[in-house]
Amino acid sequence: MFKLKRASVLPGFPIAMGTTLLYLGLIVLVPLSAAFLKSFDQTWHQFAATVTSDRVLASFRLSFGAALIAALINGVFGLLVAWVLVRYRFWGRRLIDAMVDLPFALPTAVAGIALTAVYAENGWLGAPLAKLGVKVAFTPVGVLVALIFIGLPFVVRTVEPVLEELESELEEVAHSLGASPLQTFVRVIFPTILPALLTGFTLALARAIGEYGSVVFIAGNIPLVSEIAPLVIITKLEQYDYAGATAIAVVMLVASFVMLLLINLLQGWMRRRNGQERLVA
Amino acid sequence: MTAVLPVPAAHHASLPSVDQATSYRKRRRNWAPFFLTCTALVYLTVILLVPLAAVFVEALRRGVEFFFHSVAQPEALAAIRLTLLAAVIAVPLNLGFGIAAAWAIAKFDFRGKAVLITLIDLPFSVSPVIAGLVYVLVFGLQGWLGPWLSAHDIKIIFAVPGIVLATVFVTFPFVARELIPLMQAQGRQEEEAAVVLGARGWQIFWRVTLPNVKWGLLYGVVLCNARAMGEFGAVSVVSGHIRGLTNTLPLHVEILYNEYNSAAAFACASLLALLALVTLAIKTVLEHGYLKEHS
Repeated sequence: MFKLKRASVLPGFPIAMGTTLLYLGLIVLVPLSAAFLKSFDQTWHQFAATVTSDRVLASFRLSFGAALIAALINGVFGLLVAWVLVRYRFWGRRLIDAMVDLPFALPTAVAGIALTAVYAENGWLGAPLAKLGVKVAFTPVGVLVALIFIGLPFVVRTVEPVLEELESELEEVAHSLGASPLQTFVRVIFPTILPALLTGFTLALARAIGEYGSVVFIAGNIPLVSEIAPLVIITKLEQYDYAGATAIAVVMLVASFVMLLLINLLQGWMRRRNGQERLVA
Repeated sequence: MTAVLPVPAAHHASLPSVDQATSYRKRRRNWAPFFLTCTALVYLTVILLVPLAAVFVEALRRGVEFFFHSVAQPEALAAIRLTLLAAVIAVPLNLGFGIAAAWAIAKFDFRGKAVLITLIDLPFSVSPVIAGLVYVLVFGLQGWLGPWLSAHDIKIIFAVPGIVLATVFVTFPFVARELIPLMQAQGRQEEEAAVVLGARGWQIFWRVTLPNVKWGLLYGVVLCNARAMGEFGAVSVVSGHIRGLTNTLPLHVEILYNEYNSAAAFACASLLALLALVTLAIKTVLEHGYLKEHS
């Protein structure tokens, strides 16, 4: 028989569920659907013209491209940081471990002006880089630097718990069967942490695509060169071009929904993977 | 059929001897951890610590006196007040929602639970700029409720209510996503036992559930608060940047910075950076409390 809810002796389901759905609807679902419904105000032709204009396409390329590169870099270095924090003991490890969450806790505008100060041509890192002929602030490279900063904790925090749970017996077996440390890592450890690594990568990517505060200061915001998609939305809003702003927002929302779906699938995979391991062990 | 497969001789030969095995281990112990640790530390220093240090150095560039002068400006104080107001409204609202959602999801079985959890996470994957935009589309002059609101002389966009709403949106999932997995892991037996022993509604929550999840709850509240006070993109879209009226502290930092008043911008930014450091410290303490209780 079709039943919405299984019977329970615990009280409070109607009020808890009612509050949840009402609040979720009012704060999140109704406003978000406004973006989609508003985009129907314009014809398909207008919509397509907006999202395929040179300036918008360039901003999509930058937002998605830089986010992808940043997530890849965070994947590599996030794995390294997680590995070092879980496997090795060194002075200041606990402090470093706590600091990894700084990009979550530091307001994005503060990160933005700080990174700009550091990477400007007279900045601590910008000056030596300028001598080497690398310009970071006010170029697409600056966008990349900001996205690497805000994406750092995602990979570290998803990979860390899986590394901690890893059975050291597996590595010992691999070692005693003659695998080199590199072979052990590639063939035994890496497959186990891969789902977590991919989840962290996707989370970092999703966050980076929509990032605004940390990027606008360091990007220089030159149209067609270093202008990110969220900034184009704001520019259109300031010109009272609501239809244009909504069209760009809808494209980005669809992209984030796809990512969210992907994250859910990956997490399901991760749970199954870890569940199996527990059975084996 | 043979019971035991003969192992090829070549395979035997490729197995490392005991000496070789220990030398592998020695080599690994000697340089790999050192090299990897150094690389990770250099990376983290460049990515995290240098920008953080830059905030405080730039804030004090023109001296301690100028620092205090900057943060004591009436506009800065008004921005601090508005930031606190937005957090004081947004955090309790999302706390209440988080408890309700976690109670419904963790203590009952119903259809569509996975979808509901995904929808709760939705604000995390929406760009903050789009979060601001959707409220403009609902409450702005051109929006759904715009004409009705202006006829009744109610201002939401470019006013304080819009800032609060945008803050509520971006901090929406924080408490819920800490509580849901925690309460799911706790199971229902303790609550069911409480019902059998005659406890009612809130009594069960206060006496049984809350003591079990208090660390996770505080954890969620602290993270929610940090984001509420630091939100920039969403608030920037709905604020209209009216000085002294609709400027939060992050927006005030932006205005000062764009006016080339860098030292004052960094002075205000350093307050937010301090907030971030305090948040990280409380978070670490809470994690310790949680681990101590559960080990």
